[in-house]
Amino acid sequence: FMQRGLDSQTKKQLEEEEKKIISDEHWYLDLPDLKEKESFIIEERSFMACEDLLYGRMSFKGFNPEIEKLMIQMNSKGKEEEIKVDDKMEADVSDEEMARRYETLVGTIGKKFLRKRDQRVLQDEDEDRNSNATPSKTAKKQFLKPKD
Amino acid sequence: MSARGEAAESLVGRVVLPGDVLLLPVPARPEEDEERLLRLGAAAGPSRGRLLCGPGLRRCAAGLLVTKAGVLRHRAAGGAYWVDSQQRRYVPVKGDHVIGIVTAKAGDVFKLDVGGSEQASLSYLAFEGATKRNRPNVQVGDLIYGQFLVANKDMEPEMVCIDSSGRSSGMGLIGQDGFLFKVSLGLIRKLLAPKCDIIQDLSQLYPFELVLGMNGRIWVKAKTVQQTLILVNILEASEYMTAEQRKQVLAKLSGN
Repeated sequence: FMQRGLDSQTKKQLEEEEKKIISDEHWYLDLPDLKEKESFIIEERSFMACEDLLYGRMSFKGFNPEIEKLMIQMNSKGKEEEIKVDDKMEADVSDEEMARRYETLVGTIGKKFLRKRDQRVLQDEDEDRNSNATPSKTAKKQFLKPKD
Repeated sequence: MSARGEAAESLVGRVVLPGDVLLLPVPARPEEDEERLLRLGAAAGPSRGRLLCGPGLRRCAAGLLVTKAGVLRHRAAGGAYWVDSQQRRYVPVKGDHVIGIVTAKAGDVFKLDVGGSEQASLSYLAFEGATKRNRPNVQVGDLIYGQFLVANKDMEPEMVCIDSSGRSSGMGLIGQDGFLFKVSLGLIRKLLAPKCDIIQDLSQLYPFELVLGMNGRIWVKAKTVQQTLILVNILEASEYMTAEQRKQVLAKLSGN
């Protein structure tokens, strides 16, 4: 109960009294502690978990094609892991080819976003590598201050 | 419990009666166990004591207590023990796929008869692609193949026709025609075993469709009524026929 204008002291007294009452009435089990033994036995009422039973719907000799597909799907659920591994091996492009492709791809797309000056430099570098000549004399063009 | 317990492993494959106590191999001191675990790895599952106590068995102080009469079976992978018993009456179990007959439509819920002590309820939204506007076309008397969502002795059983990912995976309304009949639960489990001779022999005869419910109900559909009835008779009789008798019958039929 909440009464208006209760002093904090009286409130504390009331709480203490309530606690005393509760602790007296607190029920506790008088039994000895059961040993935690055999917690590893699981009780199970279903036969499906014990025996490896098939799926209940079946169709033979093409009477119901959907159910025949379902039969294959349900009865091979245990072998799903094998199917996944097979998918990985049957990729169209192998990993190595992908890596090679990406190496060159990054360069070609990157060139698109270079500024004109940098493109010129790139061209010069390519020529240098191809011709194996001395470094070109034309330096990078810089801003020429206009003479007054 | 006046009977002395026997080791579980020694009784595998033999008949056990209710009241028998099965003793499990007690693991050694915990320290040794941990060392063994480090070395053995995954194979240490059963030796560590993680055991599956299947139908017909209960946990008790000493080990496992048998509650049904039958043959004790054991599976090494994952350490499961269970009793292979025979009965005709089905008790709903969570996760089982069963065939139910619609007996009533009560607003948003269908009542299904699954052969248990109570009728199971099935919400109309528990079908694949069902919305409030798009209701499934289910009438009283239809057959439904679904699984139990809730099945314990304190509550009314509930069924659904979709799995946890929302797909129907074969569950739902079973089509028109066909023949529904009831067999014992043990025969259903025999037919659902991975390599069942009966099913393999029958599949050579003629094209047909089969739905097996764990509640003992089988639905068969073949091209003509006569073929359907032949299949029904063979399935019902295969509970008590030996393999040779069955092969004789099938040879006669395929000869015709």
